[in-house]
Amino acid sequence: MKKWEDISKDVLAQALNDEEENPKIIVSVLGKDRVGIIAEITAVIAKLGGNIIDINQTIFRELFSMNMVLDISRASEPFSRFKEELEKIGEELGLKVVAQREDTFIKMHRV
Amino acid sequence: MRITTREILETIKMVELENFDIRTVTMGISLRDCVRPTIDGLCEAIYEKIVTKAANLVSVAEDLEKEYGIPIINKRISVTPIALLADSLDEDNLTQIAKTLDKAAKEVGVNFIGGFSALVQKGMTKGDKRLIMSIPEALANTERVCSSVNVASTRAGINMDAVGLMGKIVKETAKYTEKDDGIGCAKLVVFCNIPEDNPFMAGALHGVSEAETVINIGVSGPGVVRDAILNIPDKDFGTLAETIKRTSFKITRAGELIGREAAKRLGVEFGIVDLSLAPTPTVGDSVAEILEAMGIDRCGAPGTTAALALLNDAVKKGGAMASCYVGGLSGAFIPVSEDSGMVRAVEENVLTLSKLEAMTAVCSVGLDMIALPGNTEASTISGIIADEMSIGVINKKTTAVRVIPVPNKKVGDYVEFGGLLGSSPILDVSQVSCYSFIERGGRIPAPLQSLIN
Repeated sequence: MKKWEDISKDVLAQALNDEEENPKIIVSVLGKDRVGIIAEITAVIAKLGGNIIDINQTIFRELFSMNMVLDISRASEPFSRFKEELEKIGEELGLKVVAQREDTFIKMHRV
Repeated sequence: MRITTREILETIKMVELENFDIRTVTMGISLRDCVRPTIDGLCEAIYEKIVTKAANLVSVAEDLEKEYGIPIINKRISVTPIALLADSLDEDNLTQIAKTLDKAAKEVGVNFIGGFSALVQKGMTKGDKRLIMSIPEALANTERVCSSVNVASTRAGINMDAVGLMGKIVKETAKYTEKDDGIGCAKLVVFCNIPEDNPFMAGALHGVSEAETVINIGVSGPGVVRDAILNIPDKDFGTLAETIKRTSFKITRAGELIGREAAKRLGVEFGIVDLSLAPTPTVGDSVAEILEAMGIDRCGAPGTTAALALLNDAVKKGGAMASCYVGGLSGAFIPVSEDSGMVRAVEENVLTLSKLEAMTAVCSVGLDMIALPGNTEASTISGIIADEMSIGVINKKTTAVRVIPVPNKKVGDYVEFGGLLGSSPILDVSQVSCYSFIERGGRIPAPLQSLIN
């Protein structure tokens, strides 16, 4: 039987490799709070086949702020479609929606 | 959360509210294999090479902009100094080459192409002379071509024959573009210690020691630095320098990310990131306003040179930490007409030509985008160039002169260059002559490298 150390080593190595090969997407949503924002945004993501792997939502002063990490490596649509559709729904809801690669933040804020 | 909300909001604020952007993705292309004995053959080879190498430059940059969410403002090209290709030609007038560069730039969709240049810090060959003499006509007959001439270096001293000639060429260039307020001069820079990998215009060229094709990145973000400083109004200079360093670190990292990815997708080498605080006429995108945020009431007042020195050094330190390959000019630019804060300071008579000269001793370039009276003598312009070159030679740094003697305008008049080049009042310049000094000709020897007080 494999020891725990070996299993965790394999899993971690695979996870890190996956990180390298499949850059994740960060979707940031900013705007005035109201009921149903998450439902509307996630519906768009589900429709395009994106997988939400992390999500964080808070009310920042009076600002609704939500950040999501998406894995779109198995999605049916390319990144450009995600960006387009998410920005469109953002406009409809009166929210600022930004979709960009996670590397932007990692590089800028982490040594 | 893998990335904190604070980090995400900070990046979005930088882009949305503080005008943070990648100012330019510049592809350097060597034209050394384009040498031909006839000008027609040379032009054909140059055109083919540029449109082949840079075919995907604009589309790749546009893709990156979307994916990473950071605006990329300009896509540009720099080429081998054209004078190097002109020695064995059958033709003295090189305007046709400039037109070819212009046509190639339009074909691939870049807004500027730099490298109509000569390196003559020690002496001039036939090709160098041909190039310099062709500058006025070349710049008047092209839209996107930029020209630069290096007339001095710390190793070689100052080629005063070239300085004298460039005073005349600047005047001539203004005359050739008289109906557009001498705009040709906005595309012409005279350098000391020119960098070989600078991605910013008008001084970009692809140096002779560079690889076949490279991608150099120019990042910018005066607004980001200014806002960071405005948040710490009462803190001491150590904290001030630290804040600028941290900010420029983040900006440079974004540039490096884009540069490496662009180089990978274009299948060429990644060159350098040039972290320069390059202002634009947009309010809030100003280097003068950074100095004012530090506590100088108006740029040009006493204290300005010290503030600029601190800024320039802290920017370099932050940048050097962020990328293995920082190059180009990396520092703060002070182009007067392109910086709304500088223009305001000139209008209020706080910022003068002599203060600007002092500032160039500590900033990354030199006297930049300065509008002078149209009747300024060629020898006076040569004198301004000689002064600026000597600051560079002695201090082992790059300095440059890009002045526009605006035809038919005098001190107090206003000139509009339009777009990124901005607008400016005409600055006052001393009328006292230095004609006999310039007329001596020859070279000013290279300075001693020891006894350096």
